[in-house]
Amino acid sequence: MKVRGTKLSHDEFMNKVISVDHHPEIEYAWATGIAISKFLEGLKQGKIYGAKCNDCNRVVCPPRIFCEECFSPMVEYVELPDTGVVNTFSLAYIRTDASRREKPEIPAVIDIDGTTLTPSGFLHLLDENISHDEIKVGMKVKAVWKPENERTGSITDIMYFTKMEE
Amino acid sequence: MRKVAIIGVGVEGFRPAIRDLSYKEMVYRAAVKAYTNADIDPRKEVDTFISCEEDFSMGTSITDEYAPDQLGGAQRSVQTITGDGIQGMAAAYMQIATGMFDVAVVEAQSRISDMLTPNQIQHFALDPIFVRQFNSTHHSIAALEKQAYQHAFGVSDEIIAEVAVKNYRNAILNPIAAYGMNASKEDILETEIISAPLREGEVAEHADGAIVVVMASEDIIKQKNVTPVWVKGISYATNTPNVETRDWKTATYAKLCADRAYKMAGITDPKSQIDLFEIDDTYAFKELQHLEALGIFSFGEAAKALADGKLERGGDLPVNVSGGVLGVGNGHDVNGLQRVAEIVDQLTGEAGKRTVSGAKTGLAFSWRGVPTTAGALAILSVE
Repeated sequence: MKVRGTKLSHDEFMNKVISVDHHPEIEYAWATGIAISKFLEGLKQGKIYGAKCNDCNRVVCPPRIFCEECFSPMVEYVELPDTGVVNTFSLAYIRTDASRREKPEIPAVIDIDGTTLTPSGFLHLLDENISHDEIKVGMKVKAVWKPENERTGSITDIMYFTKMEE
Repeated sequence: MRKVAIIGVGVEGFRPAIRDLSYKEMVYRAAVKAYTNADIDPRKEVDTFISCEEDFSMGTSITDEYAPDQLGGAQRSVQTITGDGIQGMAAAYMQIATGMFDVAVVEAQSRISDMLTPNQIQHFALDPIFVRQFNSTHHSIAALEKQAYQHAFGVSDEIIAEVAVKNYRNAILNPIAAYGMNASKEDILETEIISAPLREGEVAEHADGAIVVVMASEDIIKQKNVTPVWVKGISYATNTPNVETRDWKTATYAKLCADRAYKMAGITDPKSQIDLFEIDDTYAFKELQHLEALGIFSFGEAAKALADGKLERGGDLPVNVSGGVLGVGNGHDVNGLQRVAEIVDQLTGEAGKRTVSGAKTGLAFSWRGVPTTAGALAILSVE
């Protein structure tokens, strides 16, 4: 396929056109607060927490201290199973640095079992060894956790979700 | 056009660092207070939400996407303004005045503690080709300005230190202030030089916090049991981004703001028509420089008024009874709403021991900080 435009070499781009470089060193450390800290501590223990709104009776994951639907405080945490359903997924061949993968990473939105009204959950990865033909929207999945001594209280304490045997 | 008023304000903070709440939880708490004060259900009665925040401050690109939920604005009309909270109020004012909307919410917040390299982010605001190539702190830009101001008008370091003394002391009585203290002039003058003639004690320290303001049309206010604080005049202006061509001595942007807002509010003699002033003092000399640009004093005269005690809470022209940015803490884009929150407290009888007796009209002025020449101004009144 013909590529549109005219290619500039790295040397032309960096050295033949007059430009000014700046490389900021910018770092952040976001305080995760009440609800997300509870969630992350839960992951360290191998648990997935949600929160329940006592006004609209929704159970949501991850937990939050207020219900964005009815703006009531959410004060009740609920322990949820580490299983869910694939809401949507993709086979991702390109990394953030634009390099190509031979074997794709599989980002997927997982609706965690036990969330109610509108299902909710989080974006995670699917097991790369599942045959691509088998991956379907609606597929039942289960979390595969890091060994307990390697968990740090991070979303990556779950390594990926894998297909549950029917 | 319809009249527009503030009908409720909510504040969370300010503290040097809020590490026990996420930014969403911090804003939610401020929002709940504002809606309770305004007697408003955000899910049913608010037509438009305006969040004032910047990607680099929050550490997320397109950070406005994350603004709605904690304001009660999920799936509603939400916009973000990358500017000071008073600029957000100006947008809300226009939206209500047109008749298109009845109730608007304006939010601004500061999460400086989430930034591990705040100086780098401030440095990143400097022109990349010229100014950013020199590796002095961004405070040097303010120091250049202080130098020019002092040289032009003969204002001493001693009197500028007195601005800091007054504002830190005022902050003691303000429950939202992070930096209230009894410091002496000598204490301020003994602090370390950051970039001469600027000392550490005359530079506002960072603070985290959030403020939510509810604004409404006169039609809605008739139906509510609230004390409206009318927005009589509102304006914002930028002078120039170029450090080479700006007027270093006088805060031209403040004059541009004042000219517009005074005209809108029918102010011809600000000294007699305005009862209290909340004026940006991110650097102590800025309070004096801003007061002069706003036409309250002629150039070089604000220092004399300060020396005579006129700017004290009990003086003729109280300035920064809240403690100012020095006393409350520098929250960058939320600084304008800090000023507004104080005036609303004062005019609605909620200021407790800080009360300026008989105050009916107040002026809030914010500056967007180094390296900007951008300001925003609101004239608020219960009359």
